[in-house]
Amino acid sequence: MSIAEGIFVLVTVLDIVIAGLIMGGIYALIAVGLSLQYGVGRVLNVSHGEFIMLGAFATWSLYTVFGISPLISLVICGPVLFIIAFLIHRTLFQYLRDTSESIDVFEGNSLLASFGLLFIIQNVALLIWKANVRGYTYLVYSVNLGGAVFTVNRLIALLFAVVLSLAFYIFLTRARLGKAIRAAAEEPEMAGLMGVNIKRVLAICFGLGALMAGFAGVLVSMLYQMQPTMGLEYTIIAVIVVVLGGLGSITGSLIGGFILGLIGSIVTYFDPALSLVAYYVIFILLLLVKPTGILGK
Amino acid sequence: MDISRFTSRRFLVPGLIILILLILLATLPLYAPGYTVILLTAIFMYIIITVGWTIFSGPTRYISLASAAFFGVGVYTMAILGKALPLAAVITIGALISFILALFIGFLTLRLRGMYFIIFTFGISELIKNALLWWETNITNTVGRWVFRVDHDQVYYIMLAIFVITLLTAYFIRRSKYGAALQSIGANEEAAAHTGINVTLVKGVTFAISAFFMGAAGAIMATRWAYVDPRIAFNPLISFMPVLMAIFGGMGQIYGPVIGAAIFAYLEEILITKFPYYYMLIFGIVLVVAILYLPNGLVGLVQKWRKGGSVEQHANT
Repeated sequence: MSIAEGIFVLVTVLDIVIAGLIMGGIYALIAVGLSLQYGVGRVLNVSHGEFIMLGAFATWSLYTVFGISPLISLVICGPVLFIIAFLIHRTLFQYLRDTSESIDVFEGNSLLASFGLLFIIQNVALLIWKANVRGYTYLVYSVNLGGAVFTVNRLIALLFAVVLSLAFYIFLTRARLGKAIRAAAEEPEMAGLMGVNIKRVLAICFGLGALMAGFAGVLVSMLYQMQPTMGLEYTIIAVIVVVLGGLGSITGSLIGGFILGLIGSIVTYFDPALSLVAYYVIFILLLLVKPTGILGK
Repeated sequence: MDISRFTSRRFLVPGLIILILLILLATLPLYAPGYTVILLTAIFMYIIITVGWTIFSGPTRYISLASAAFFGVGVYTMAILGKALPLAAVITIGALISFILALFIGFLTLRLRGMYFIIFTFGISELIKNALLWWETNITNTVGRWVFRVDHDQVYYIMLAIFVITLLTAYFIRRSKYGAALQSIGANEEAAAHTGINVTLVKGVTFAISAFFMGAAGAIMATRWAYVDPRIAFNPLISFMPVLMAIFGGMGQIYGPVIGAAIFAYLEEILITKFPYYYMLIFGIVLVVAILYLPNGLVGLVQKWRKGGSVEQHANT
């Protein structure tokens, strides 16, 4: 192999790895949010992707109508979605939790209720933004990283995805509220006896999940085109990552996101149309061979 | 004496009503406008899928989201075989392929319960859809297919026949020892296995039976759509609808899912062309309200009203 060929291989590998990290960062962000909602709150929120869509469209509106930078939208969309989701949990899911006879019944009911939310949010968005494909360009000039060429918006998205998911992970493991959340995930009743306000913690977890989805939505809007119906695809990816990492394991979701992103990037290099098929094959095989995932209990 | 009169009257009146309804439905194309025939065909389709779904998921409480896979297999069987074979044969083949697929999925998912089963069934139907889509775009270079058209009345009669067979099957499974076995699996799977029920076989075969009817409905519906592609045939909504319709109607009685499906299918037909977003919005709101306030669906509401609040006891049995 000549030097030129060697450099070409290296650049290609770098290309795939960075593209994989960008995808992986966004997947990790989405999956950690879902993992928090399911792992702690037992709500397999299939409307998770709709919050991503809301984040993306709000950013689009703020940017194209008011000229507000997507990076400022992060600070706006995240908290607004947190409040909406917090209130949804306090009313809808808490009511279901109180009326369901067991946690298994609650899991089923909350899954179905979140299907209802999916239809409601998606169709309200369709009424507001119509079914058109939208997109905007933001910071799309290229930089050269050791031979591989990337646009600035993708690198910013990568940076924010990694920083946000790590910051969140540190919050969960170090902060007081984070410890309360993990206690509630492990032993809800015991945590309640120890002075953790379970209802509040559960609603906060659900809100934080939506916050992560909102952040992911802002980043997604910087990179890809969007439609009000885009949510479900992200929800599916989030579910795959959460299962890959182990249902309920937040660390697993973080790692799983990057693994799936890298796999997706490798498959996309050979045939972009196959990436979704590859995800499903991985997902199905995983459920059959090791349903508890890489870090599941 | 009293008891026998009670039971005979109990069966006579509903029996007569059903007979009259059947005669009305069977003669419908003779007097009703063409639009009504098309509308009822769509309503039957949803009832078949919903009742088919309830045959397995109702008593066992395994929520399956693979309906789209079974329905889509039927659609594609019709699209591929089309005119090569008689209509009835193609429908039977479509139904049988769905049956075998469900048997396969059923035995694959033996160890999966609760949430894992739900997401697995959803994953498998999305996998089939995406694999087919990839195959059509990259290997055959032809996305979508044209299906030959069949006369509306003929589609109606075939759908009516499948509808009647589905309801009868659901009824007899429910009344049989087999139905009791399914109920006990739903209540406690380990205990059911200990009482000598072959849990694996019962689950797998029931899942396959429910898929059989979905495949048949898909095969005949394909002739009405004229054009199909993987996104239409394996539309995930086909997986969600039966769950929502069955819950809205209530799974405590056999007519619950029938009513739930009929109401939504009718709403869809009148709303979806003019106000598609409002239809789905209403759908979502009704779903949330039904989960919150109608845990036993419309049937539960009716029973509560008739028995004056003693429905709780009934629901737990």
